Amino acid sequence: MAAKKPAGLDRRKVVAALLADRGDALVVTGLGSPTYDTFAAGDHDLNFYLWGAMGGAVMAGLGLALAQPKRRVLVITGDGEMLMGLGSLATVACEAPKNLAIAVIDNGHYGETGMQRAHTARGVDLAGIAKAAGFKSATTISSMSAAQSWLPTWHKKTGPVFADIQVSADPAPMRLPLRDGTAIKYRFRTALLGSKADK
Amino acid sequence: MQTDQQTRATVWPDEIYDVLKAAGVTQVVYVPDAGHAKLINRCHADKTMRAVSLTTEEEGVAMLAGAWMGGARGVLLMQSSGVGNCINMLSMFEECRLPLLMIVTMRGVWGEFNPWQVPMGGSTAAALENAGVIVHSVDRAEDMKDTVHACATLAFNTQRPVAVLIQQRVIGFKNWNK
Repeated sequence: MAAKKPAGLDRRKVVAALLADRGDALVVTGLGSPTYDTFAAGDHDLNFYLWGAMGGAVMAGLGLALAQPKRRVLVITGDGEMLMGLGSLATVACEAPKNLAIAVIDNGHYGETGMQRAHTARGVDLAGIAKAAGFKSATTISSMSAAQSWLPTWHKKTGPVFADIQVSADPAPMRLPLRDGTAIKYRFRTALLGSKADK
Repeated sequence: MQTDQQTRATVWPDEIYDVLKAAGVTQVVYVPDAGHAKLINRCHADKTMRAVSLTTEEEGVAMLAGAWMGGARGVLLMQSSGVGNCINMLSMFEECRLPLLMIVTMRGVWGEFNPWQVPMGGSTAAALENAGVIVHSVDRAEDMKDTVHACATLAFNTQRPVAVLIQQRVIGFKNWNK
């Protein structure tokens, strides 16, 4: 397998652009850099920051999307996290939630653990896998202009939609959000459900 | 004419369904098991429930975390062999204090034919407890309704992961000759 040509997109700019027009969307972030990127774009009560549960971000997004069919749900995760839960793409494709979008911030590496190369840097095509699983909309993005034209689709196009956004492997400055899971839960549920959060 | 025991053996999946319905469960996520077949069919037939087939049990754990974040209640149906697949994902439930109701049909412990089921069957309860899950066991069909109801109440009211283990004795022998 040929090595993929490195792309130069800035992950922080991509994630900030993803969230600039989030409206009342609910956001789930995969552990590691996507959690930090999402926080860096602006903390929000309706961010469910994952700091663990590797491989579970897309499924947490599916459960949320089915529970809140009128709200848009965006999962922002990394390529390593996505690779650990590839089966979830098959499950999401079968359930076909119209309100779910998945954006993989793909730097081709395991950024938290010493920048080891991931399968995505060795030719594995996540958008191809999503498409083969049955996603009607699955695309690979490697330029800011392509990103700009995809951005409106994540909240306007009928889901599930998937994008593998290829970003630079350069590290971004550390920005660490709230990490107490119970506090994250109460904050999110209170913002979403109001007084019903206690029920 | 059916004996009381035979009647019990056929109605417990319906009893679980009734308890789930009364508890407000709307997401029923599962990896299929023969012991859960009737319950799975009933949930698929219920328009107020979303029954979702998974590729692996840990998907269901993560999915029900998302469901609760969104205000929905769920249940995870699976066989004991799938418990090992769930362990790291269960960390979400302790860390975030989330409710989880798991209903696990046992293999490898009583009247088992397949030796490959024995290792996970033997460690199912301990593996769950080590991962912070409260475990209750149903050894007799007549206890099913009360135990599932008690576990659902415990899970959703105290926001903790709870598993019901349905022992093989309740499910009956798997027929390997059919």
